[in-house]
Amino acid sequence: MKKTIQFTFNNKPTTLEVEDNQTLLWVIRTSLNMTGTKYGCGFGHCGSCTVLVDKEPTRTCLTMADFVEGKNVLTIEGLARNGELHPVQKAFVEHDALQCGFCTPGMIVNAIGLLYRNPEPTRQEIIDGMHENLCRCGSYGRILDAIQSASKEMKGGKWL
Amino acid sequence: MKEARINELYFRDFDKPLSRDRRDFLKKLGNGIIIIFSIGELGILNGCSFGKGGEEDDFNAYLRIKEDGRVDCFTGKIEMGQGVITSIAQVLAEELDVPLSQVDMIMGDTEICPYDAGTWGSMTTRFFDPVLRAAAAEARMVLIELAAEHLKVDKEQLKAAEGVVFLTSDPKKKVDYATLTKGKKIVRKPSGEAHQKTPDEFRIIGKPVISLDAEIKVRGVAKYSGDIRLPGMKYARIKRPPSHGSKLVSMDGSAIEGMEGVELFQDGDFIFVLHDNPENAGQAIARVKAEWEVPESKANDQTIFDYIKKTATDAEVFEEGGNLETGRSQADVVVEEEYFDGYKAHASIETHTATAEFKDGKLTMWASSQTPFGTRQAISDTFKIPLDKVHMKQIFLGGGFGGKIYNQQAIEAARIAIMTQKPVQLIWTRQEEFMYDMFRSAAVMKAMSGVDKNGKMTMWEYDIYCAGSRGCNLFYEVPNNRTRTLNKEGLHPFGTGAWRAPGNSTTTFARESHIDITAHRAGIDPVEFRLNNMKEPRMKRTLELAAKTFGWEPGVTPSGRGVGVALGFDAGTYVAIIAQVEVDKNTGKVQPVRIVCAQDMGQVVNPHGAAIQTEGGITMGLGYALSEDVVFDWGKVNTSNFDDYEITRFATTPVIEAVFIDDMNSAPQGGGEPAIICVGGAIANAVFDACGARVFQVPITPERILAALEI
Repeated sequence: MKKTIQFTFNNKPTTLEVEDNQTLLWVIRTSLNMTGTKYGCGFGHCGSCTVLVDKEPTRTCLTMADFVEGKNVLTIEGLARNGELHPVQKAFVEHDALQCGFCTPGMIVNAIGLLYRNPEPTRQEIIDGMHENLCRCGSYGRILDAIQSASKEMKGGKWL
Repeated sequence: MKEARINELYFRDFDKPLSRDRRDFLKKLGNGIIIIFSIGELGILNGCSFGKGGEEDDFNAYLRIKEDGRVDCFTGKIEMGQGVITSIAQVLAEELDVPLSQVDMIMGDTEICPYDAGTWGSMTTRFFDPVLRAAAAEARMVLIELAAEHLKVDKEQLKAAEGVVFLTSDPKKKVDYATLTKGKKIVRKPSGEAHQKTPDEFRIIGKPVISLDAEIKVRGVAKYSGDIRLPGMKYARIKRPPSHGSKLVSMDGSAIEGMEGVELFQDGDFIFVLHDNPENAGQAIARVKAEWEVPESKANDQTIFDYIKKTATDAEVFEEGGNLETGRSQADVVVEEEYFDGYKAHASIETHTATAEFKDGKLTMWASSQTPFGTRQAISDTFKIPLDKVHMKQIFLGGGFGGKIYNQQAIEAARIAIMTQKPVQLIWTRQEEFMYDMFRSAAVMKAMSGVDKNGKMTMWEYDIYCAGSRGCNLFYEVPNNRTRTLNKEGLHPFGTGAWRAPGNSTTTFARESHIDITAHRAGIDPVEFRLNNMKEPRMKRTLELAAKTFGWEPGVTPSGRGVGVALGFDAGTYVAIIAQVEVDKNTGKVQPVRIVCAQDMGQVVNPHGAAIQTEGGITMGLGYALSEDVVFDWGKVNTSNFDDYEITRFATTPVIEAVFIDDMNSAPQGGGEPAIICVGGAIANAVFDACGARVFQVPITPERILAALEI
């Protein structure tokens, strides 16, 4: 059954007709044509499809599209402001915390969600908070460094 | 190049780049200064010319300085996270004297890039860099000659830097590359006469550079094949059998009648649906009923090793020296053991994907392929389309690791596009990815070693079942030795293929475990034992660097410290890893704490990139060492997602230190693969050192550790 939903998508009010059996992942990737949010496993095991829904990291492959009715959805493409990279994105570049780049959007978005909840996490808290995000290229160490340095950069609530 | 041929080569050590074809791309190019060169012609380094003067068809890479002064580098290589998009540009910018930001990499497009055998085997840096440097040096020489005319001075008085040629005595008198190139079309091959920089002149090679593709990747705008959107594009899903080798008995598609927008197609065993929306396609294919005849099981993940030993009877001697009987009689201690490795998946986070369009007799495709030219050939052969009517486009890959040499998904997408005359996208689900992966082969290794009273090895006998010979030339000094490979065509229940440093992680795990056991039985420190029996000086200095970096303190295993060493050789690079782990003796859980990896890879073009590749290899390697194993019953692959195939996570990742032998004057060697080969052996030896549990099979799971502790 089709239904119309209204929500904020990457800072823009959006109205969209969706099927009630559609996941947020494919609505974002097809109807909204934002392909930075990736399909990796379809069962919430890898984290590549993570977006922020009301600042909460959300696995879009397990989330029905109508869940975001009235909510604020932010994908990797919506993080930069006037073209300027978000501090977490910047830190990923500076630390070269990526290789193939496929898990990267999910990593960055999940990290930002983690920093909303806990702006100054310890290294162990980052490890725990990122546990469900997988990277096959093996950039974990650099990703940890990037998140730590971004959290310092963002001290005082900058960008949050 | 055909997949079978890649497999044949990839499982061995090889020291030269592979075939090229001859096509005239030049007609398609606009103006500029174009240097064409061949990765096969390493002779130009020694000043040899091509000999076929005037012909412009014998090349497989080229660079072009455009009229705006920017430089295009065309190569059939692809970027899958290994960082060559950066390291190639770096080499080019260095030798051509342009800023790195002025180089554009055009990669893997079969229409505008020259032929390439594929991105695998850690070949790019080894074989591409030397010729690219020669070509770029030639281009700089041409530019200096043009500048001499332009400035009306002798070319000896000129120098190039940052895209500008200037008078050495008066740098204000200058002209930039754009001005020199405007309105010209000059095509050259490297003559070998151009001066190439010596390492002391380098300003970009050897300096850490942030990956050039990092920013578009963090913005989420880098395009992978599943990100392509074509007008009217449909998403395809294929009906899969429960097991490899199944035959279709019957199909019933009545349950999808009435599903809006679903189209069902059948061509023999090949059944698929199309829909505008990928999820609807998925729901539809699940409703299609199919009955299959499934082949009888001959082995599963528990019994496969006996099956391999029984079946793989085609033996070939790889290396032999002295006499094994003599070696055995000279030995004070003889150690004989068997080692096992189950099937491993590549498990890239991006599944195999292809987007295809068939229009006016021409197939255009964006595929996650490590071998765009091989895939083009396969599509041309399969569907009888002329080669020039198949166009593979440039695209980023979400990981490869050898798994995307094989492109069943591209053939499937092409078949669907041709059959339905519609633009289509095929994204394998994670379950399909685990089913149709070309797995790293399960393998058995039988090893026998002998050591005399002085701690010198007298014999080494090594039989390798199903893991190939790559990296298996003995770097230890053992007078009496024999290494054999044993295989049988068609032995495996499903596809197997090249997995990052094919076979070498498996054989290195077994050899280095066995060397450790031998050292233990001889009562000698494992580092000292290896140094005492070392033949290869570069391996020796690499181990010494690792030991020094780690702060190795001699001891006899098991020392309780949880430290282990392993050595290996891959793609021209010498590797020494020292690992430190903690083992919980109650649960058998292993926590890697620290890993030091020393490598001698000759000239390190981008130390930063090399460190990243090393960290990546080690992290990936911890997966096969500790947790990854494919569960199956013959052709039925039961492993289906990341919840039952545990790859390395944040919490498993230790502190990793990558160090390199500083040797800028020697040829660059492989960097993407080598580090991974020593992880299994180093972890196995560290686990033994920690708690006395010797595990003969990777992954070294808690169950296996607890079982070994009970013995």
